[in-house]
Amino acid sequence: MSIFPTSAPHAHAPDSVPRIMGLVLLAVAPAMLYGIVLFGWPALNLFLVTVLACLLCEAVCLRLAGHAVRPFLMDGSALLTGILLALSLPPWAPWWIGVVGGFFAIVVGKQVFGGIGQNIFNPAMLARVALLVSFPVEMTFWLEPRPLFSSHAPGFMEGLAITFGGIPNIDAVSGATILGHIRTELGMSHALSQILPGHYHAGTAALGWTGGSLGETADFLVLLGGLWLLWRRVFTWHVPVAMLATVLALAGGLHLLDPERFASPAVHLLSGGLMLGAFFIATDPVTSPTTKLGQLIFGAGCGAFVYIIRTWGGYPEGVAFAVVLMNAATPLIDHYVRPRIYGRTWRGQSRPVSERAKRPPIKSGEAE
Amino acid sequence: MKLFDFWGGVHPAGQKHLSAEQAIQILPMPSRLHVPLQQHTGRSAVAVVKVGQTVRKGELLGQEQGGVSAPVHAPTSGVITAIGDFTAPHVSGLPLPTVTLESDGEDRWLEQEPPPDPFALEPEEVAARIGEAGIVGMGGANFPSAVKLSKARQARVHTLAVNGAECEPYMTCDDRLMRERAEHIVDGVRLMLHALQAPNAVIAIEDNKPEAVARMKAACQNEGQIRVVVVPSRYPAGSAKQLIQILTGLETPAGGRGTDTGVLVHNVGTAYAVHRALRQARPLISRIVTVTGGAVAEPKNLEAPIGALVEDLLAFCGGTTDAPARLLMGGPMMGHPLPGTQVPIVKGTNGILALTAAELRLAATPSPCIRCGRCVEACPMGLMPLEMSKRARHDDLDGAQAFGLIDCISCGSCAFACPSHIPLVQYFEYARGALEARQRAEQKARETRRLLEQRQARLVRAEQAKAEAAARRQAEKRQARMKGGATA
Repeated sequence: MSIFPTSAPHAHAPDSVPRIMGLVLLAVAPAMLYGIVLFGWPALNLFLVTVLACLLCEAVCLRLAGHAVRPFLMDGSALLTGILLALSLPPWAPWWIGVVGGFFAIVVGKQVFGGIGQNIFNPAMLARVALLVSFPVEMTFWLEPRPLFSSHAPGFMEGLAITFGGIPNIDAVSGATILGHIRTELGMSHALSQILPGHYHAGTAALGWTGGSLGETADFLVLLGGLWLLWRRVFTWHVPVAMLATVLALAGGLHLLDPERFASPAVHLLSGGLMLGAFFIATDPVTSPTTKLGQLIFGAGCGAFVYIIRTWGGYPEGVAFAVVLMNAATPLIDHYVRPRIYGRTWRGQSRPVSERAKRPPIKSGEAE
Repeated sequence: MKLFDFWGGVHPAGQKHLSAEQAIQILPMPSRLHVPLQQHTGRSAVAVVKVGQTVRKGELLGQEQGGVSAPVHAPTSGVITAIGDFTAPHVSGLPLPTVTLESDGEDRWLEQEPPPDPFALEPEEVAARIGEAGIVGMGGANFPSAVKLSKARQARVHTLAVNGAECEPYMTCDDRLMRERAEHIVDGVRLMLHALQAPNAVIAIEDNKPEAVARMKAACQNEGQIRVVVVPSRYPAGSAKQLIQILTGLETPAGGRGTDTGVLVHNVGTAYAVHRALRQARPLISRIVTVTGGAVAEPKNLEAPIGALVEDLLAFCGGTTDAPARLLMGGPMMGHPLPGTQVPIVKGTNGILALTAAELRLAATPSPCIRCGRCVEACPMGLMPLEMSKRARHDDLDGAQAFGLIDCISCGSCAFACPSHIPLVQYFEYARGALEARQRAEQKARETRRLLEQRQARLVRAEQAKAEAAARRQAEKRQARMKGGATA
């Protein structure tokens, strides 16, 4: 019998980091597969390149840092980062976008800080922001869905050519996301009632049948995955609800004020990366606050930044920027927002019990 | 009655089915008992017997000393064969002064008359008898009960909370005691109320023990001042601070006592021991111990004499099937690993737990913290365990303290919930030890400085006195000369 002087507890919840990562992977899988089907072979190629780049960078960094490669590679965190990054890229982006993005996410976004648990910014979003700023042309090339095996979808060889050689006849396939379209048209002083009809349909938007990043368009699948994670208690409702509610409130309020200038809450909720961001990006435990109140503040901040950037900022979409900005605020939130300690006031002094409060919980002779 | 909620908490697998249906069996008297003189919080008892002396069952072995202490009694009749160090039931395996008693097999009681009507006694007298019976907190706190009762009476406590929550997984000793000896417990509660001069008692039982609830309710039927309350099963509902919160919605002030809320918490086992002491004049010499765990062949609830070896208890339960991965005294959430099976059970031993590796479910190595905040969510004290452990790990003791290290009750909820399997409680225990060592060193430095300053002051004074004396002598001489000159 081995006796080692370990402290209690000697029991443990059936939970581990790889299990959490596994559940998130399962939850994101439907949206991921749907996105690949929707945008065809080039999307699959980009997806694989991005994920492989992330795994390779992780392995090299772990080796350089002198850590055990296998256990850390198997915890699923690098895989998840790769998948989330791929899902946030334009589906027909060239292969090197995936490689540079993967390098940025893992090396600069994560391992430089000391690996899992140490990074300040969400690696996938940091990489996306860096790519968008560095390669604006490649990162804003959108197209209408071309489902796998449909008549106008590229075949397998064509797909390889698109990912590794570039898109022939680029203008023929190019389209705009709904948020990009609204921004351009509003810039030309058109009213929303003229812009949206014919371009936006809430039903098709929810089904993901619209231009956008690889995995962000299928809002209903993202929502289902997110709700499943909530049910499995992988994360709590605080971040996603605060984020979505803030966008809803801001969009709703301003839409009521001026429906010709401010898009409706439905357009905001069902377009761009908001849903994916609320359930899969902002809920990243490492880069969000640890207390419930802190998570509410964090989520609300993300939502506010998303709306502000979309409406008044320089980019049509702002989920990545919003999350990265709030990531930077997380240490501050965690510093100031702490739970009240049992038996103490918020300021940390002992909290006396008032004589009035000392009432017996039962009266003598009270009936059962 | 309105119940309140406590913060955080976890739901570990109960595993009480292993032993819950096993009626209490009496452990056959072992041939040799090892009764430690220190089984309680406070000062150790001093042996009042000599090697070779014959004692009867219930006779005093060790006398309490000082205000917070408790006596120990002979669990059976026999001969004292040794008084000396014996391995303590603690992970350190360090020895404690222990009285070794060889049983004569006759189990002869030292007959004492119980008071005809304990309720006619003065409250202090009841508390004194509880103290003389060597009764300490049976829930594991081991604090001398008489001291607790007297202090609570002075604090004018209005409610006695009798703790039958038994929130530790695997443990069923309180459950069985409530099922089988409910009337005796209720009688003990009434006696404690008398000692307290408090109007009400609430017996709190977790909802996973319906039979115990039914039996206790039946036993309380004609007791207007005692109420059975069912509390939700969530660990650590049976921790005194959390139980008070459930019952009153009030919090024990930091640095204060539970009685500041008007409530005193005592374990059901303590109530039973009080009944035995006042109705039958029996000191605390045995207790109910749950022997369980996946590695125990036949889990049982035993009434075992204090001082019986863990080995004796395990043997009576058919021994261990596989080599247990860990042997604990107490439950899995707060129990201590034992240095071996050759250690005695004491007044605070509620269980012996032999766990298999599968039950322990320990990761080989903890992985880095991913800041998921589950520990913050689980903490019933409103602490941030991840921040505390981070600081403790880097010896930032002040930082850990600023995050509430001294408020931690070591319940283990955080470490239970941690997906990275970080031994959080171990870090806290380490930091607390380091903090104590630092305070001792500071105290020593202060004391040294004080002595040094005193010595210097003394030297200065001596110097001054010498100078003054010299000056005085000179002045006297001068005066004498002047006088001589005048007369001449």
